[in-house]
Amino acid sequence: MEYEPVIGLEVHLQLSTRTKVFCGCSTLFGQSANSQTCPVCLGLPGSLPKLNAEAFRYAIKVALALGCEVQRFVKFDRKNYYYPDLPKNFQITQFDKPVAFNGEVILAYKDAPKMIRIKRVHLEEDAGKLIHEAAGAFSLVDYNRTGMPLLEIVTEPDIASPGEAYDYLVSLKAMISYLGVSDCDMEKGSLRCDANISMRPRGTSGLGVKVELKNMNSFKNVRAALEYEAARQAKALISGEKISQETRLWDVDKESTASMRSKEEAHDYRYFPEPDLVPLVIEKDTIEDIRREIPELPAAKAARFAADLKLSEYDAGVLVSDSRTAGFFEETIKLCGKPKAAANWITGGMMAEANERGVGIGGLGVTPQGLAGLIDMIEKGAISGKMAKDVLTEAIKTKKDPAAIVGSKGLSQISDASALEPIIKSVVEKNAKSVGDYRNGKLNALGYLVGQVMKETGGKANPALVNELLKKIIERV
Amino acid sequence: MKLIDKDTVKYVANLSRLSLDDGEISLYSKQLADILLYISKLNQLNTDETPLTSHVLPGLVNVKRPDTPGESLSPDEALANAPDKEGGFFRIPKVIEGK
Amino acid sequence: MMGKFYESTAHSLREELAGNKASASGILTDILQRINAVDSEIKAYVRVSETAAKKAVSSLPTGASAGSLAGIPIALKDNLCVKNEETTCASRILKGFKPPYDATVVKKLKDAGAVLVGKTNMDEFAFGSSCETSCYGPTSNPHDTSRIPGGSSGGSAAAVASGTAVMALGSDTGGSIRQPAAMCGVVGLKPTYGRVSRYGLIAFASSLDQIGPITKDVEDSSLLLNVIAGHDEMDSTSVTEKDMPAGCYMPASDYRQFLKKDVKGLRIGVPKEYFGSGIDPDVLKSVNDAIAVFEKLGASVDRSLSLPHTEYAVSTYYIIGPAEASSNLARFDGVGYGFRADQAKDIIDMYTKTRSMGFGDEAKRRILLGTYSLASGYYDAYYLKALKVRTKIREDFVEAFKKVDCIVAPTTPTAAFRIGEKTKDPLSMYMSDVFTIPANLAGIPAISIPCGFTKEALPVGLQILAPAFREDVIFRAAYTYEQNTEWHLRRASI
Repeated sequence: MEYEPVIGLEVHLQLSTRTKVFCGCSTLFGQSANSQTCPVCLGLPGSLPKLNAEAFRYAIKVALALGCEVQRFVKFDRKNYYYPDLPKNFQITQFDKPVAFNGEVILAYKDAPKMIRIKRVHLEEDAGKLIHEAAGAFSLVDYNRTGMPLLEIVTEPDIASPGEAYDYLVSLKAMISYLGVSDCDMEKGSLRCDANISMRPRGTSGLGVKVELKNMNSFKNVRAALEYEAARQAKALISGEKISQETRLWDVDKESTASMRSKEEAHDYRYFPEPDLVPLVIEKDTIEDIRREIPELPAAKAARFAADLKLSEYDAGVLVSDSRTAGFFEETIKLCGKPKAAANWITGGMMAEANERGVGIGGLGVTPQGLAGLIDMIEKGAISGKMAKDVLTEAIKTKKDPAAIVGSKGLSQISDASALEPIIKSVVEKNAKSVGDYRNGKLNALGYLVGQVMKETGGKANPALVNELLKKIIERV
Repeated sequence: MKLIDKDTVKYVANLSRLSLDDGEISLYSKQLADILLYISKLNQLNTDETPLTSHVLPGLVNVKRPDTPGESLSPDEALANAPDKEGGFFRIPKVIEGK
Repeated sequence: MMGKFYESTAHSLREELAGNKASASGILTDILQRINAVDSEIKAYVRVSETAAKKAVSSLPTGASAGSLAGIPIALKDNLCVKNEETTCASRILKGFKPPYDATVVKKLKDAGAVLVGKTNMDEFAFGSSCETSCYGPTSNPHDTSRIPGGSSGGSAAAVASGTAVMALGSDTGGSIRQPAAMCGVVGLKPTYGRVSRYGLIAFASSLDQIGPITKDVEDSSLLLNVIAGHDEMDSTSVTEKDMPAGCYMPASDYRQFLKKDVKGLRIGVPKEYFGSGIDPDVLKSVNDAIAVFEKLGASVDRSLSLPHTEYAVSTYYIIGPAEASSNLARFDGVGYGFRADQAKDIIDMYTKTRSMGFGDEAKRRILLGTYSLASGYYDAYYLKALKVRTKIREDFVEAFKKVDCIVAPTTPTAAFRIGEKTKDPLSMYMSDVFTIPANLAGIPAISIPCGFTKEALPVGLQILAPAFREDVIFRAAYTYEQNTEWHLRRASI
């Protein structure tokens, strides 16, 4: 009996507003403990929340970008449970009247795009941070993060494999990066993901017992955890065991999931309407205002790159995966008008360099002007393609402009036929055997001769020109 | 509506993080049962078509604040009332597991 | 008046101060002496801030910038946060808690030059109608110290009635200002929900709580409301003028303009449901006599008025109140402030021990009741049901106010009962709120003013209710009645 996974994902996105969702404390990351708190986010007796208008706007923006139905009547509710990172021992969230329902993310698989339905999008407050002393008898609490605005995005259980889960997260992050509402950085904790997975016999449509997975801190770890869990559940089901509905934590060192020891039954959150916040009515005008702020999103942009700029779907997809990359690309082609070349440079080496350094493409120190200039120089034959690769590496290392590097190192390609001819003549004279081989049909011999010319010119000769001139001179002789 | 029994009182006490001794459980089950019996008179009313009032000012909606910084407490002020603290943090007995 | 400032109203003290016949320090001295003389018996105060009060007096600005309550000694119920001063809600679980901020109303009082004398006793977390659930022990009624002053703002009412404060602030969730005002023979106003900021009021039931003035007469009530009312940026449920219903003219700037001695043409409703059985005959007589006064003065009285869902008010309140309270009180867990039980083996143990040791009996009962009515399986039958019945109770008033301008009724079914008389029977204690609860559920303003005494010389309160944001009607009716009678001039003989 073969089993297939049924997966749903819950993503929590920290919104990049200046202040927290219900008070005016700063949202700056990485500050010293308990330096960004006030009576409201500390939940001191007598304090009252007030909704951050910008956070609410961002929530609507994300919902619209996900194609959701933004609701007209929206309210907040209390989710009641005890935990030391929750100062009030309840979280202000949205239960039955969230910001939006029913959206979708389309995974652009060639020939078989997959739609992942978004069940709902809602706004809530984040909790604080607990630090557990390894050896000691204490835990420590930092409330700086309490009250940060979180957007929860929940999918239907439409995801059919750990790979699809990974792709969904990549697509979601790509799309959100265009909206300017969040850093979407799993390492900084501004994007968090929990997963729900159950297994069912392949080809059936029911739902098995679902297990919740937590503690995955990267997209790759989400995929790995789901792979592990799918295998674990399948194995158990095959041997006739029942799956317990529980929460399991991913252990990245052991590469496995483990059940959370829980002394209690399922939480009874006793949701009820938050009496300290009044309801919200979202007018159509407001929705359209916000919709107008949404830029061209990745799916549309990739389609346009493929159709209008004649890029491959693959290249287009890579370029739009991050809004900064897409922006860099668009700036570059504005200046040099060579989309294929720009795409090759960006997807070919620059993105890898950026990822390795943990920065966006702009963080490499090469500007769109610099890249456009480099592409121009190649086009004009001022330098060779190989040379250009070295120039780029140097530009990334030193943050100097590529044109300046070419100038200072005298790397200009020799594209002057009159300068090359004497060298070529000399190579031809010195390599009579190869010339003879070439004349007899051994075409590789030409390559060898080109190599010799390159050696003589310290690699600066324009290889295409050398090729052409060599043939001419050999013919003449 | 069923009257509240001791097991339910224990369950609710646990949810509320209250520990009750046997005497209290007996006393509260009885008192709460009396109160709930009185409250059950609400069942006499048909409210099927009645909207609920969760906010008593129905015209008051869309109250928001701009995304501008307000005053925060200094860490000392934030920690001033802490029963136990260490190095700028609130300190509590060790928490064993996740939520 | 010399040397007996403690018997004066704020408005007359203002005149004396303006005419240099009194000084702020003289007034404060009088009050402090009065506290020394009687408060050990009354126990209205849980904390007297003598040093801070003297400092406030000495740094009072003079002249125009003095503030409308400059030099007036005011007591605050101990659920109002005063920056860096202990605020406990009369609960062990908050002993030692010093808020790092002032409640908005406290800030406003300070800005108005009021002299904050100290914090008054209350039922623990405002859970009660007698001031007996306080961790500090009960307060006594100045008219008969073997009796309760009412609750939960019993301390504030007793302080005003015994002259240990010129005015006081209380809070009212189901009657906690009006009922003790009635029982102590003073004036207590619950403003419209949303008129006074709740920021800094330690919450009991967020959709019901309001802060309001407890004073010796109606003019003082309007003076104090002037200072504390108004929109607050920090409170999402506080209203601006544009949020008030259309046709409701209510500039919140000076409520004294509504102190008119004229009720000609005022249409008064007397709801049948508030005059049934279970009311003490002396209370009934005093209230009916008061209605007769209104009639004599030219008001028209409609005795056929009905508020048909009145009998469901107590049930509705005792679901909504405890439900919200159970959530509001969840934060008291020993982590960040207040009492923490020691020798806890882990965090859950710490929560449980702290809360079990820190909360009193009534607090536990309400938390259990509230948690129950929100719990899965019970939510629809209890909490949701109560929210729907609340709509019906509100609608009763909306309908009634189409026919009448205000409603007059007893504040309480009986006068002050004896200390300890109802403590064994929570339900009978809850029932004593039957006439005050509806105004909280509907969010409308209501006042209690003295209207007589029982055979045992215990005060009786008359309640006047008006539509939302129509405190003008309340002041007009209350002031007219008051100025045509002398109840407001009688002081407790302690």
